[in-house]
Amino acid sequence: MSVPAELHYTEEHEWVAIDSDTASIGITDYAAQSLGDVVYVSLPAVGSAVTAGEPCGEVESTKSVSDLYSPVDGEVTEVNEELDDDPGLVNAEPYGAGWMFRVRVAVGSDGEAALPPGLLTPVEYEELTKSAG
Amino acid sequence: MTDFAGWLMPLRYKSETAEHTAVRSSAGLFDLSHMGEIAVTGPGAGAALDYAVCGWPSALAPGRARYTMLCAEDGGVLDDLVIYRQGPERFMVVANAVNTAVVLAELRKRSAATSGAEVQDETAATGLIAIQGPNAAGILSTVTDLDLADMRYYAGAYGTVAGCRVWVARTGYTGEDGFEIFCAPQDCERIWMALTQAGEMLLGPGDALLAPALRGTTPPSPAEPDGLMPAGLAARDTLRLEAGMPLYGNELGRNMTPYEAGLGRVVRLDKPSDFVGRKALAARSEEGPRQVLIGLVAKSRRVPRHGYPVMSRTGQRVGVVTSGARSPTLRTSIAMAYVETDATTPFGIDIRGSEEPAEVTELPFYDRSKQG
Repeated sequence: MSVPAELHYTEEHEWVAIDSDTASIGITDYAAQSLGDVVYVSLPAVGSAVTAGEPCGEVESTKSVSDLYSPVDGEVTEVNEELDDDPGLVNAEPYGAGWMFRVRVAVGSDGEAALPPGLLTPVEYEELTKSAG
Repeated sequence: MTDFAGWLMPLRYKSETAEHTAVRSSAGLFDLSHMGEIAVTGPGAGAALDYAVCGWPSALAPGRARYTMLCAEDGGVLDDLVIYRQGPERFMVVANAVNTAVVLAELRKRSAATSGAEVQDETAATGLIAIQGPNAAGILSTVTDLDLADMRYYAGAYGTVAGCRVWVARTGYTGEDGFEIFCAPQDCERIWMALTQAGEMLLGPGDALLAPALRGTTPPSPAEPDGLMPAGLAARDTLRLEAGMPLYGNELGRNMTPYEAGLGRVVRLDKPSDFVGRKALAARSEEGPRQVLIGLVAKSRRVPRHGYPVMSRTGQRVGVVTSGARSPTLRTSIAMAYVETDATTPFGIDIRGSEEPAEVTELPFYDRSKQG
């Protein structure tokens, strides 16, 4: 199970990659493996506003359906349309081709994206998955 | 791994979609040792079973098998079973793991009045490995002394697999050709390894299938055989659903008779002897089922699941989904559902608050004899 060092994480098993004012979001390798094969992903509409900690979509696997939570506040700028035809990308490449959506986030006066409190570091996230067994 | 009726079972080995596809295009290997095996033996065994179940086991020739049901006095289904006649005075009743205790108790009770019939629980003394898929016969034939070409569907014989004494039957729960191998528990591992190796020798490593199936942009081509893969409960469930086969607890239960499930043919009212539930079942046969089991294909990519309401055009709840899945073979969302007998199409399925249109389709969703 991989937890890339350059990403931020949530307790709900999403990952966030920040590139200036854009946050790219997906679910972690741990989440994808726990769910089993993903068969459908419902994503927020481009242009819609998402709120950190609020559900904004669904991830359906063979056996279950789970809410997808936005890790950040902002406006959805892009969704991964590839997942429509090939939701299995989430299992195959959760941090790559299996990404889910992008959000424009507020940028502080220091030029850094303002991230909500409560995001986990890779080390903290790894701890969480270990304690979850 | 998951707890299943007290057994620790693999839900999947790697990818349930790849496992499912392997069974459709090549072959899959299942550990089904959780299934209940109950032997009914003796000169009165056939008569005892004729009274206990709604089928006609005494009419089976030795070496043949039949799908049947154990019903309550009111006609409700206590379990669905496969009964193998292993010899003139020996039948093996295979029950669902979750119902084995009920089936055993009922068989004992119902056979008490028949002389010369003994009921024995052999579950703990029996391992069960299934190999299913178009390549199953080819793989199994390399490690058995049985002539599989001579074995018909729903037939079985004693023989050896990997040198171990077994009962092999051409039965399964996937909608594909395949075999079930009943063996001593201590021989399971040896048989499993022998089949795995035979699969690799014939077809190459089974993992070759994993990558393309996971990527899944193009449907697997049946023309390109892939390897043998171990398959878990999740794949078993989607395979049987595509094949339109009922699952106890979903399509079958105490609150319905075989007629509701569209399986009235298993009730042998033409059997001369009395059997438990005959009166109620004869009446239900006359008056018709109280609900009907239908197949639905949803246009949405969202997955209909057990318990979701089926709605009529006017927004009335007219039924309920019993099993649903994203079909790996058909690449659509499929479901079986019970609806009221007078419910009229079009139907929708209420998927967590939003209604998705669904078309009624003939069962099974997948029929291997109709594939090109």
